[in-house]
Amino acid sequence: MTNLLYSLGGVLLFTMGFFALIACSHPLRKILAVNVMSTGVFLILVASAYRPESAGNIDPLPHAMVLTGIVVSVSVTALALVLACRVQETSNLAFLKQQRNGSEESGE
Amino acid sequence: MMMSKPGISGRRRFDPFLLLIFLLVLLLTLILARAVCTLPMGGEGLAGEVARFQQQSGVESPVTAVLLNFRGYDTLLEVMVLLLAVIGVWSLATASFVKNSFATSPVQISVVRLLAPLMCLVAAYLVRQGTHLAGGAFQGGAVLGAAGVLLLVTELPWLSVVPSLLLRIGLLLGPLCFLAVAILCMFSGRQLLQYPSGEAGWIVLLIESACAVSIGLTLASLFAGGRPGGDVSDD
Repeated sequence: MTNLLYSLGGVLLFTMGFFALIACSHPLRKILAVNVMSTGVFLILVASAYRPESAGNIDPLPHAMVLTGIVVSVSVTALALVLACRVQETSNLAFLKQQRNGSEESGE
Repeated sequence: MMMSKPGISGRRRFDPFLLLIFLLVLLLTLILARAVCTLPMGGEGLAGEVARFQQQSGVESPVTAVLLNFRGYDTLLEVMVLLLAVIGVWSLATASFVKNSFATSPVQISVVRLLAPLMCLVAAYLVRQGTHLAGGAFQGGAVLGAAGVLLLVTELPWLSVVPSLLLRIGLLLGPLCFLAVAILCMFSGRQLLQYPSGEAGWIVLLIESACAVSIGLTLASLFAGGRPGGDVSDD
């Protein structure tokens, strides 16, 4: 039953991220929200891969998917952050302009 | 100040629309939780199927077998996505590698000098171990990337010192190696990515080593946040 607990935790992470994605307007918060959502999905996948009946106790297919998914989500986050920096540099929106102190930092 | 800031602090006040969204998301949580609870958890999934063809895959670890043999096409595309992300970041921004105003602590510098070679060794070990235990190209690449990030935050600017052509070859090594193997398999009368029987072991290890180098470099150059200045394309 422990894996069900992890799955429910994953669902909670997913919907918390989803709420933040809708409610927050700043691009950085949106990127973080999508990251939290993807973490929830990974948690559900890894938790549901536990198969006590099978040989190695796991179903290797979801594990392989999560393994590549984590690295891909890191790179997607980096690309989104660089795009968000460009948006902030060129945007005229007031709430983006206010926080522009030391915004040269970009990266992962 | 407070009047002209509708974006952030305006949200703090009570907003009926936000409450509606909150209730809808709560409903979604309950629906998803019910869906997760009713998932068929019994049975062994695809584990039995993987175990049946484990011998043919050339490696002993089931996850590596799925990753680089049974679902090799999937992994090939994902390695390409990583390459695309670097191309996207490099075409949008240049990393300047200016020194920060505060000096890096000498303790940090010496610790990183000790750690960086050790982490490269661990990465190589993880790739080698991936054939029979947990580990593989992605884990090894992540450790390698972490070593690169450590060097970057300690302001040892290796990314701008490494010749740019060499860096590009390193980034392309994994995807090109994978693609070359895939196409060579086709030329020798098989399907795409259908490795010759009996020789899958070293092919998987070759792809894994090349991909680990590329993934590590990819992650580190993504952290740098742009194309290194003074690049070949700047000439």
